[in-house]
Amino acid sequence: MLTKDQADASASEIASEPHPKVRGASEDGRLVVTLSGNWTTRTVSRIDREMRALEDQPGVRGIAVDLAGVGEMDTAGAWVIKRLAVAQERKGATVEMTGGRSAFDVLLAAVEDAALQELPPAEVRPFGIVPFMESIGRSVFNARDEFLLAMHILGATLSGNKRRRGRKINLAPLAMQIDRMGIGAIPVVVLMSTIVGAIVAQQGAFQLRYFGAEIFVVDLVGILVLREMGVLLTAIMIAGRSGSAITAEIGSMKMREEVDALTVIGLNPIGVLVFPRLVALAIIMPLLTIIANIAAIAGAMAVAWAYSGITPDAFFDRMTAAIDESSLLSGLFKAPIMGIIIGLIASVEGMKVGGSAESLGRQVTSSVVKAIFVVIVVDGLFAMFYAAIDF
Amino acid sequence: MDTATASHTLEDQDREVILAVRDVTVAFGDQVILDRLSLDVYRGEILGFVGASGAGKSVLLRTVLGLNRKQGGSINLFGVDTDKVTDAQRVQLDMRLGMLFQHGALFSGLSVMENVQVPMREYLDLPKKLMDELARLKIELVGLPANAANKFPSQLSGGMIKRAALARALALDPAIVFLDEPTSGLDPIGAAEFDELVAKLRDTMGLTVYMVTHDLDSLFSVCDRVAVLGQKKVLVEGPISYMLTVEEPWVKSYFRGKRARQIDPAALHNNVSAGAVR
Repeated sequence: MLTKDQADASASEIASEPHPKVRGASEDGRLVVTLSGNWTTRTVSRIDREMRALEDQPGVRGIAVDLAGVGEMDTAGAWVIKRLAVAQERKGATVEMTGGRSAFDVLLAAVEDAALQELPPAEVRPFGIVPFMESIGRSVFNARDEFLLAMHILGATLSGNKRRRGRKINLAPLAMQIDRMGIGAIPVVVLMSTIVGAIVAQQGAFQLRYFGAEIFVVDLVGILVLREMGVLLTAIMIAGRSGSAITAEIGSMKMREEVDALTVIGLNPIGVLVFPRLVALAIIMPLLTIIANIAAIAGAMAVAWAYSGITPDAFFDRMTAAIDESSLLSGLFKAPIMGIIIGLIASVEGMKVGGSAESLGRQVTSSVVKAIFVVIVVDGLFAMFYAAIDF
Repeated sequence: MDTATASHTLEDQDREVILAVRDVTVAFGDQVILDRLSLDVYRGEILGFVGASGAGKSVLLRTVLGLNRKQGGSINLFGVDTDKVTDAQRVQLDMRLGMLFQHGALFSGLSVMENVQVPMREYLDLPKKLMDELARLKIELVGLPANAANKFPSQLSGGMIKRAALARALALDPAIVFLDEPTSGLDPIGAAEFDELVAKLRDTMGLTVYMVTHDLDSLFSVCDRVAVLGQKKVLVEGPISYMLTVEEPWVKSYFRGKRARQIDPAALHNNVSAGAVR
């Protein structure tokens, strides 16, 4: 709608202006170019090609450009005319301009410097095996730098916030982060876990029904949720919800030199910005995981009752037999580590934000993607580890 | 440029009003910022617009550009009432004005060249090669080195950002450009160069320049006329020589205050002995 209006408008505007026209006549090596109409930014595209053809015309010894018929001219029009003059002058022709008003001379003189400038040669991109290897090498070095930065941040956090003059840890920002990232996330974590727990219970019950072993859906859900799913779902949700926020906050502070301001004031940016977020994540992750576990098991219980007729009493009986502390603890152990991983990746990505809005978007994306990826990989490593130690 | 040519160019124009602001009132909530303000800008002039910080200079600028709502009055650009324009006319108006924001407002994800080409892409149907040439021309006109074309805004210095933003404002060869504190944050030499650039562009492209500024040097060196915003309207307007005779306290302290006097070379020679060249 809007674009159509714009197109109409520019079309009618151009139609109402006298078109620029070129007439070139060549007599034994002498080219007489007669110009007329309006030579402005809005109209030059119409005669660009004709003018280029005149520029490329070979064997011209002299050009006479007659500007008497030109109505209006701006820098774009002047550029196209000057380009012709310079191109033919380079080939040894003499150029003569006549009939122009004094205002045109000023314009033509103003664009002369730009017209005389040689275009910088376009960069030729090498292709083949070398750039491919180069990009691999760069990404390996980048991965190393990122890992080192993450370790610096972790180290600075663990070494106690690098407090100056032995000040106590400030609890206010920590409480605020716990509120924002933890309590704020409860509704969505509960909702998501309930639904996933219910789905798993329904699918499990459906398959186990063939064997008449529907009651074992309780074992399935209990172990799966407590060991893996509760913590994994929470971590993914927190990576998307809080990891992106941390990257965006730190990144935009970096962009506006606020991080530098903290350094100059004498505060450690990592202590001020990263420490409360990292600690808050390490605290809220286990708590949210417990909530997610309860919600998922409640969802499963509801489905088991409605779909398979397993009463809550029977469900609880079976569950106490199926799980022990190790099931619960193996999941909860992972939670703070997942939280720290999410916080570290988000902080590193935030610190990598450069000057442009685009880089902020890129780093937020890569923060969430990397955090989810690493969380899943680490979860797999934990599963192998627990299996190895029989936990 | 010297004053003789300045007055000459002014007389040459038959004082065509390019921007007419009539009785404009702007209020945010209960707070009235501009109260029945009127102002004329003539074709081909450089108007300096001054006023205390927070007086509403930027509000007026934004209102003229249609970025703020106004509660009353009318704004005529090129003889068209901006409240009664059709969409098509609005596009025509937008093509004929350029704006240099105080901090440049260059698109950070685009190179300087691409920034300059944004308005061209939107409004004109130009071949790629010609568009590149015109963008390079604009970059050259504002005095940026050719290698700045492919740099990104985050790689530019403050002065270069202003020049690049001016190049973008000039992309469509507008009839009027609005400059919001163009020389703020520039060193005196860079600021003087910028002033000369504005004057040169006015002379070559026939630009009309509406410049919000606090830079007394700019006001003295390039502005044909100065308008002072105070008490929610244009307090006084006239050439800089007239400003020096106004007895209104704020205007007097602005143009003849402690900092303003430093421009007078006679006042300087007392302090010469205090300095030393190393």
